[in-house]
Amino acid sequence: MSAPPTNPSKSWTVKVREKGVEALPPERLLPDGQPTYVASWIYVFGVASIASLIVIIGSGCILALKGPAWWHFTGVGHFFNSIHMWSVELFFFAMVVHLWGKYWMASWRGGRGRVWVTGAITFLVAVPAALTGYVSQQNFDAQWISTQAKDGLNSVGVGAFFNVTNFGQMYSYHILLLPIAVVGLVSAHVLLVRRNGVVPPFEIDTKKAAIAATSPDRGGPPPPPPSTATGAQS
Amino acid sequence: MSMAAAIVNLNHPAHTVDWGFIHLSVANVVVIGLMFVVFFAAILLPFPGAAERAAARRGGGAS
Repeated sequence: MSAPPTNPSKSWTVKVREKGVEALPPERLLPDGQPTYVASWIYVFGVASIASLIVIIGSGCILALKGPAWWHFTGVGHFFNSIHMWSVELFFFAMVVHLWGKYWMASWRGGRGRVWVTGAITFLVAVPAALTGYVSQQNFDAQWISTQAKDGLNSVGVGAFFNVTNFGQMYSYHILLLPIAVVGLVSAHVLLVRRNGVVPPFEIDTKKAAIAATSPDRGGPPPPPPSTATGAQS
Repeated sequence: MSMAAAIVNLNHPAHTVDWGFIHLSVANVVVIGLMFVVFFAAILLPFPGAAERAAARRGGGAS
């Protein structure tokens, strides 16, 4: 067996790997379980949003393969268009309930600011992702929405480079640019949740603060054994 | 091909709720109401198995 190298590697792949494992060790990236406080319905809506997003991407890929007019003249196309539309409805429904729950939990606590910000930006980016879909329908609904939206967008000065009456531009935004942004942000959001852990209830934070205030560093008793810590696995 | 008819008559202007500058379709108001119902239900309803997990944790057992 050879001895480990004494000089640090200059390879960028090694550096990226080491940084990645340091930030997200495998047992944290794919944990055995979650803390017991996660056993609550309010924690379900984040994964419900992700499940909806997977259906959106899957049905959207099928619609993209067949072209934007397919759903107008075939029953199967109409079916997949409906799957796509209703999964978007569920995505926003679940995401808004998730957002409300996390807002009232103050889920940016404990150094989770980036988790909160990536989630909020995902919501903001998902809105134009949906709007560009509505104006890509190629029907009277799309015409109505685009001609209404153009006035609003022109009033804030973005109509010159985000033209909702330009089908090609809107379709490109809808099936490429904005989905990449949403999926990238959701991926970052999930990885940050894995890194920082799910935000605990306020009561547990208060208990942790009380324990920290009486820790040996400050002359208090030693901390409790790990079995009573907040990170106990369910 | 012929498309199936809508199960409700959509051949009329949308019904709206107007309150000052707020102007919402009834359909959107219903969805917002449902989101509130689901939000409070998620807070209030017990999660299946949560009590057993908490009891197992208090007893020192792992589930």
